[in-house]
Amino acid sequence: MIADKIAVLRQALPYLLQGAGMTIRLTFFAVMIGIVIGTILGLARVSRNKLFKGLAKAYIEFFRGTPLLIQLFLLYYGLPNLGIDIQSHVAAILGLGLNSGAYVGEIVRSGINAIDTGQMEAARSLGMSYPQAMKFVILPQAIKQVVPPLGNEFIALLKDSSLVSVIAVRDLTRQGRLIISRTYESFLIFTAVAFLYFIMTFIMTRLVNYAERRLNVGD
Amino acid sequence: MSVIKVENLHKSFGDLEVLSGIDEEINQGEVVVVIGPSGSGKSTFLRCLNRLEEITAGKVWIEGEQINSPQVDINKIRQETGMVFQHFNLFPHKNVLENIILAPVKVKGVDRKEAEKIAYDLLDKVGLRDKATTYPKQLSGGQKQRIAIARALAMQPKVMLFDEPTSALDPEMVGDVLEVMKDLAEEGMTMVVVTHEMGFAREVGDRVLFMDEGLIVEVGPPEQIFGDPQQERTQKFLAKIL
Repeated sequence: MIADKIAVLRQALPYLLQGAGMTIRLTFFAVMIGIVIGTILGLARVSRNKLFKGLAKAYIEFFRGTPLLIQLFLLYYGLPNLGIDIQSHVAAILGLGLNSGAYVGEIVRSGINAIDTGQMEAARSLGMSYPQAMKFVILPQAIKQVVPPLGNEFIALLKDSSLVSVIAVRDLTRQGRLIISRTYESFLIFTAVAFLYFIMTFIMTRLVNYAERRLNVGD
Repeated sequence: MSVIKVENLHKSFGDLEVLSGIDEEINQGEVVVVIGPSGSGKSTFLRCLNRLEEITAGKVWIEGEQINSPQVDINKIRQETGMVFQHFNLFPHKNVLENIILAPVKVKGVDRKEAEKIAYDLLDKVGLRDKATTYPKQLSGGQKQRIAIARALAMQPKVMLFDEPTSALDPEMVGDVLEVMKDLAEEGMTMVVVTHEMGFAREVGDRVLFMDEGLIVEVGPPEQIFGDPQQERTQKFLAKIL
């Protein structure tokens, strides 16, 4: 009995690890997109330009106000309907990244707002332009504020990435379900899947803590 | 030619008018001390001089250039008008030396070696050469403010604006900061100082402006303002604080 289970697990493991690899790649690229979009959105949100501010706000409200699952469906099933072909893993990375960008944007905004206004005034009084003041004075300080919530956001993103299994991406969740459909070992396989997710988030948490400690050196 | 000229300066925050028509001219090398009750608009007046506050109406010239005309490059003007704040506003992520050289290097394009040389000279001047690699967090309030002065001077400004530079300091730290400011005045720096330090106003000020309710109520040499104030409001204010 137990020997059977171990045999199933041993057979399943390479496929699950393949899926975990896909989950990590998806999360990595989505994080990159999220950081780029989120930084732009955060800067737009604190700028004095009403148009940038409004556009950023609309973006954030849309992506936070609608389910990620629907956003993925829109990309993967919706776009081909408009004549735009999109591969499933591209749709997955885009969907996760665009969605994460909205959350990162709010994190960046609150990180910038947490910096005392005197810092911007001091920088400007020395003759720095607004972008220079942002680059040399505000953002380097905001990064410290941003790292802990950003870490949480990316851990949540890694877990949310299991949703992409429904648009035919062979991530960890989908690999698990494929194995179950052949073996009917749903308890065993889902436990293994959960365990692999846990290991990934556990490592990410450690990395975030490490980054936090590194940033706190020096002041 | 006057270094600073202010003509009918008005400033409102929403419906609240904080400055209601200020006229003033400050000459090369003059030390002007601005006093007055809190809420009189003295800090706002100072902050209009480098446009940290946008000017609602009126005109301000620095070195003959109108700073609130649309064509002006305000960043250029600010390079020539150093400012020192009540709460120092040192950059906490940079050490003392980096605080001082940041703007000269990044804004003016001064060579880093050259900027460091200027910075060390300024650190000598404020008596804090040994703190070059220290972070602001490890400095006392008085030391922070002296570094903030050095940071502003590193841009080699033509005017220095001081916004209550000693108000956030422990009493025993005030003297060191005032000493640095006094030296600066003796070197001929044009200075506008908002302060509650009447001793400094008396000793170092060439002229004292008394402000109340958004207006300059009385101007004169310190002997006159402190010895023989003409306006009733000036008399009342001085009676309360002296």
